[in-house]
Amino acid sequence: MKEINIQEVITAVEKLCVEANCILDTDMAGALEHALITEESLQGREVIKLLLENASIAAKEMVPICQDTGMAVLFAEIGQDLHISGGFLTGALNEGVRRGYEKGFLRKSIVKDPFNRVNTGDNTPAVVHYDIVEGDKLTLTLAPKGFGSENMGALKMLKPSDGLEGVMDFVVETVEKAGANPCPPVIVGVGVGGTMEKAAILAKKALLRTVGESHCQEEYARLEQELLLRINRLGIGPQGFGGRITALAVNMEVFPTHIAGLPAAVNINCHAARHRKIVLEGRESIQ
Amino acid sequence: MTDMHPANVKRVTAPFLNEQAKEFRCGDQILLNGVIYTGRDAAHQKIVKSLEQGEQLPFELKGQVIYFVGPSPAPPGKVIGSAGPTTSGRMDAYSPKLIAEGLKGMIGKGSRSLEVIEAMKRFGAVYLGAIGGAGALLAACIKKSEIIAYPELGTEAVRRLEVADFPVVVLIDSLGQNLYELGKQSYRR
Repeated sequence: MKEINIQEVITAVEKLCVEANCILDTDMAGALEHALITEESLQGREVIKLLLENASIAAKEMVPICQDTGMAVLFAEIGQDLHISGGFLTGALNEGVRRGYEKGFLRKSIVKDPFNRVNTGDNTPAVVHYDIVEGDKLTLTLAPKGFGSENMGALKMLKPSDGLEGVMDFVVETVEKAGANPCPPVIVGVGVGGTMEKAAILAKKALLRTVGESHCQEEYARLEQELLLRINRLGIGPQGFGGRITALAVNMEVFPTHIAGLPAAVNINCHAARHRKIVLEGRESIQ
Repeated sequence: MTDMHPANVKRVTAPFLNEQAKEFRCGDQILLNGVIYTGRDAAHQKIVKSLEQGEQLPFELKGQVIYFVGPSPAPPGKVIGSAGPTTSGRMDAYSPKLIAEGLKGMIGKGSRSLEVIEAMKRFGAVYLGAIGGAGALLAACIKKSEIIAYPELGTEAVRRLEVADFPVVVLIDSLGQNLYELGKQSYRR
């Protein structure tokens, strides 16, 4: 059996936090470069230019792309043949977040209680989604999420009779209602099916996909394209100043659902869409 | 709506004089210089509470500009960390009270409520937009930062900022003209 010590996990998460927040992924930078060509509005193009300049300053000086360095959302895929040693995994993930947010001079935005709202001071706890997978590796994906965009998400339990049109209308309406708030151009994550919480997690997971990559099944890839076209006809544009590029991508994930339901969730990500992944290989444990 | 062009860019100094905020028009590009103050949710709540109880405010509101921002911590050798605008809508409950007390400018991102726009029209204030998510770039235009109130609020503390050529666009002017609405209309199809 392979083994990973939690110290390795802590170090990995610490590094993910700093890098994800200060270095804009090449796929996002590429999508913005492309938008610079396709955007018709002068003001929109000016905004995109400044966003690219901002990303280059952030990477060069290792300062956060955006001051809202988010709530740390972690997806942990644990190989079932892997043993985590030296302590509790969730504790290690949070320790990594604590160290990363301190070391990287990242903003601590988490309040301990949603009602009394006292800051925890170290940006913990993270929101962690665990999946048990085949194999003996540990894959960690960190997606720090700012709340300018997170607050614009929505979930709706549609009726099966609302069908595809109902879901599409809901997605477009959600993006229209969000307007300038989520810092367009945005990435739109859509989760359809499952139960209420499953749809929401699917929408969040959809945001992890490399920008420009379509759904592997053609029928859903086509839906993504159609939604993108409809959203980009809204006219919101970069920063909401008016323009053609309101969204850079629509990513949809689907899951089987109940005969009586059609849950749909929309999770919007800003132009500083951040996600970073690391695969930790275990070592042979000494028996 | 005017598209961004260097010729349209004006240099303006904050705080604003008398009726100065009334001169700005929706879509104007402004490079802001001078002194502005930071404040977001928690600070606004405290300021409004102080107003209601007749206590002294952390700074005199008359003619001032408030920047809705919660910066990231300043690394060694830097004035401030990343410092882009937060969503202004969360301040909608408080802004009309501050505008009535003399606040002339707000910098943020996103839509505002009818109540805020009414107060801006009535008292001659302006709503400015800084580019959301461009915190590294905007931080470079902040030359000095000093916490002047509520240090216990951390990132939400009130800071006095000295800015140089800090780029903003007029989102809503004192006539109630709204760049978000006009811009969207021009490109909707």
